[in-house]
Amino acid sequence: MFKFLTRLFPGEKSGDVAKERLQLVLIHDRNDIAPEKLEALKVDMVRLLKKYLEIDETGIKMNLERRSRSVALVADIPLKSSQKQVRGRKKNG
Amino acid sequence: MDCRIIVITSGKGGVGKTTTTANLAVALANEGYRVVAIDGDVGLRNLDVIMGLENRIVYTLVDVIEGTCRLNQAMIRDKRTENLYMIPTAQSRTKDAVSSEQMLEICGQLRNEFDFVLIDSPAGIEAGFRNAAAGADEALVVTTPEVSAVRDADRIIGLLESMEKAPISLIINRIKPEMVKRGEMLAIQDVLDILAVDLIGAVPDDESVVTSSNKGEPLTFSNGSLATKAFLNIAKRICGNEVPFMDLSGNQKGFFSSLRRIFGN
Repeated sequence: MFKFLTRLFPGEKSGDVAKERLQLVLIHDRNDIAPEKLEALKVDMVRLLKKYLEIDETGIKMNLERRSRSVALVADIPLKSSQKQVRGRKKNG
Repeated sequence: MDCRIIVITSGKGGVGKTTTTANLAVALANEGYRVVAIDGDVGLRNLDVIMGLENRIVYTLVDVIEGTCRLNQAMIRDKRTENLYMIPTAQSRTKDAVSSEQMLEICGQLRNEFDFVLIDSPAGIEAGFRNAAAGADEALVVTTPEVSAVRDADRIIGLLESMEKAPISLIINRIKPEMVKRGEMLAIQDVLDILAVDLIGAVPDDESVVTSSNKGEPLTFSNGSLATKAFLNIAKRICGNEVPFMDLSGNQKGFFSSLRRIFGN
């Protein structure tokens, strides 16, 4: 993946590559959430949200994002009825 | 002043924990503080050789714990400066020769006699690290600008936070300003962005570190190299002085000429 990226951007310096790689690897190091668990959480969350909102299930994005010394779960959930999106930050850990 | 007990740790091996411990111990003693440095690496001791005190070991930390001698019998006084002591550990023993409780007990005794207790932690995140950290209030995390070392530093910072050590400060060691300038090495700010802890020192890669370890004479006994200056600055910052950080970006004017001047070529 990174070899591919460096081939795509031959000008990128190894110092920048190091920073990008570290940022990615630390997201996983800093939490132990298995992908299956994340998927199960998504299913449960959708079920709950549907009680209150009409949501576009195909457009849901859930990702782990790096904060200074923690990782946040960021969910991007588009609504069906309007163009508005609900951006909910559910967990800090 | 109240005694400050500081563990020097890193996660990854070979990044300069022992060199840092030795140099800061000497620098703090030269500032007039009463200092003791403890080798926390049972079975792989090295602080003795880095400080050049290996020929004076009679008793070790393990002997104190086992009741073979009193604590002050295991303290080797460094005659090159005032008020500097080193407590070696056992070489022919394993990590379980010292427990966290015993380390706490030893630190408790030293607290009354010293201004600074520096504990040189072993690499790793297992019992050896935990025991070395047990007695400490604060932590210095040493890393180098490499992915493996920074990753391990992140892990160790997490563990130190969960052990409620504070403050936790970062030392970035072996920076090559010329490589940083070319973009081929993580810059100080990159490492700080990633680890999000306070920087207390940045030490340039310097041949004088190797020659000083060859001789068993910590750099901070003399003046001269950029690394010496960096360690002296760290000691001053530990004491609460505001000392500007040396520019290691490789960009400042006259950097190479000052390098040449220092190394005499």
